[in-house]
Amino acid sequence: MSQSSVSLDLALSCSGVHRYLGTGDGRVHVLRGVGFDAERGKVYAIVGPSGCGKSTLLYLLGLLDRANDGEVWINGQPMSQTDDLSRTAIRCEHIGFVFQFHFLLPEFTALENVMMPMRKLGRLSPEHMEARAQQLLVDVGLGDKSMRLATQLSGGEQQRVAVARALANAPSIVLADEPTGNLDQRNSAQVFDLLCKLARENGQAVVLVTHNSEIAQRCDFVRPMRDGLFI
Amino acid sequence: MSPNIRIALRFLTAKRRSMFMSLAGIVFGVGFFIVTQAQTSGFEEFFIKTILGTNGAIRIEDGLQDTLRSMSSDGSRFDFEHRDNVKYVEGIAEPAKLIQAVAQFENVTGIAEVVTGAVLVRGSLRSDSARVYGIQIDDMLKVSDLSKQIVFGHLNDFRINPTGLLVGRVLANRLGINVGDPIMLEASGQMRHYRVSAIFETGVSDIDRQRMYMHMQECRSLLQKPDGASFLQVSIANRDRAPADAAHMQETLQHSVNPWQEREKTWLEVFRALRVSSALTVSTIILISGLGMFNTLAMIVMEKTKEISILRSMGYTRQDIAHIFLWQGAIVLAGGVIFGWIFGAAVTYGVSRLPIRIRGIFSTDSFVVAWSIWHYLAAALTAGVVVMLASFIPARRAARLEPGDVIRGTSQ
Repeated sequence: MSQSSVSLDLALSCSGVHRYLGTGDGRVHVLRGVGFDAERGKVYAIVGPSGCGKSTLLYLLGLLDRANDGEVWINGQPMSQTDDLSRTAIRCEHIGFVFQFHFLLPEFTALENVMMPMRKLGRLSPEHMEARAQQLLVDVGLGDKSMRLATQLSGGEQQRVAVARALANAPSIVLADEPTGNLDQRNSAQVFDLLCKLARENGQAVVLVTHNSEIAQRCDFVRPMRDGLFI
Repeated sequence: MSPNIRIALRFLTAKRRSMFMSLAGIVFGVGFFIVTQAQTSGFEEFFIKTILGTNGAIRIEDGLQDTLRSMSSDGSRFDFEHRDNVKYVEGIAEPAKLIQAVAQFENVTGIAEVVTGAVLVRGSLRSDSARVYGIQIDDMLKVSDLSKQIVFGHLNDFRINPTGLLVGRVLANRLGINVGDPIMLEASGQMRHYRVSAIFETGVSDIDRQRMYMHMQECRSLLQKPDGASFLQVSIANRDRAPADAAHMQETLQHSVNPWQEREKTWLEVFRALRVSSALTVSTIILISGLGMFNTLAMIVMEKTKEISILRSMGYTRQDIAHIFLWQGAIVLAGGVIFGWIFGAAVTYGVSRLPIRIRGIFSTDSFVVAWSIWHYLAAALTAGVVVMLASFIPARRAARLEPGDVIRGTSQ
């Protein structure tokens, strides 16, 4: 795929991505020429057995890792030749992450955790940052718990704070790696619904990796993977 | 407040006890650094004041005469003259002219002519050898702290009494004499009677054991030195310029000129060695605190790999991560230095009130301390170098973490 052929609706795209992990005899060819597109306002599920390369692909798409070969486009911009600083800046502005474990900073309140990406981007005034973070926490149903430390929230609540944090800078892409993997059924459904609702409302492309077939079936597109390739 | 400082402050609370220990180490290190420097510098400064107040900043002594020696190389037809050495002519032949010349130097604030010689002192109980210094009292007061060194009697008694003597305290004790007592001096085959006008104490035991001051005319008569002078004692406005002024004077006046730094080189070296040695010893406290700081930060890096990775995923650069850890070091450093300064100042004040009797190279009845901003800056600089080095390595390690690797490892 060439840069010119990347549709303007595509928030995220990759083609011919190869990734090896490990060294020497332990070197594994995890991704074997994967291609993937994600449009704004759509929710994609990548499913497959453990070790098939789903998470590895997600980290490559999120610029947390580099492919051995192939290209990744973020909003039409090729990423393979960019330096670490540019990739970090793009992550800050265009990509939001939700992980299986919430990874909230325990020393900060829910509100401060959500404000963390905004403080780095520095686009809003402190008052606006706080107002937006508060609104996002209201959106995820935690408006009354915004001043609680991360450690004072339940697992489901922490994951909802993580969703709010991923959306803080209004990124065009939200990547979620097993976002409900650590939650019970009720909380899983709540977090997933929230993610989809907010993403659709804001025209964000959501790509989530999941083992949960129920959740996968509720996505706009399901892309099954096996042995480093989409099938 | 920048996001990096905000995160650094919160991360510090994660290891509150370890950080407090590092902070305490820096406080004690900085404080003791200041105290030891204040003491060693204080005693050194006091010694210099004593020396300047007793023997002056510059002493001009023997005259110099160039000697010219002809040399010829073997087998060569070429002869040449070689300026080989100088000859010393004892004492100052024409002190009045030399005083006029010395007064022309801009740094000079006072000049005293001194005639000196050995005498035998006969007291009421015993005899002893001593050295008399013939002085013009008003000139001498301009180049010394003699007026402050009088411990018994009055300077005015000496001023109005042509046969009055000022006697060093140790010498007076040895001879068993007090103010007002008669003593007999023997020199140049003659014996004369004098009276003790006052007893002085410089604190320098060699001087207090040997020295006596008497009026110039009387001294010339006793020693049978009707003209000339043994040396000129010179005081100057800027004591640090003494070596340069002395070199200039020697070149210009053709007399041997010794600045105080040259005369007291041995003791000054001892003080310098003490100062450096105490600084090095106390710096080990700061060094150990730095190691503690390194351990704590390294542990935070290990424990916070997930948090570091999530920060990286949300757009914090490697430099931001490094700064977060360097800020932690800087915050502990700032606290340690400020409290260390306060602690150091308090202990320095306390030490200065402690009684201690010292005689020998100076005279004091309590600890002498010097208050200098440089001690505080040097302590801060030492702590700064150690703590920032200790923070740099964990910071670099944190910055090098690959977020993908950490998150992948956590998810499995």
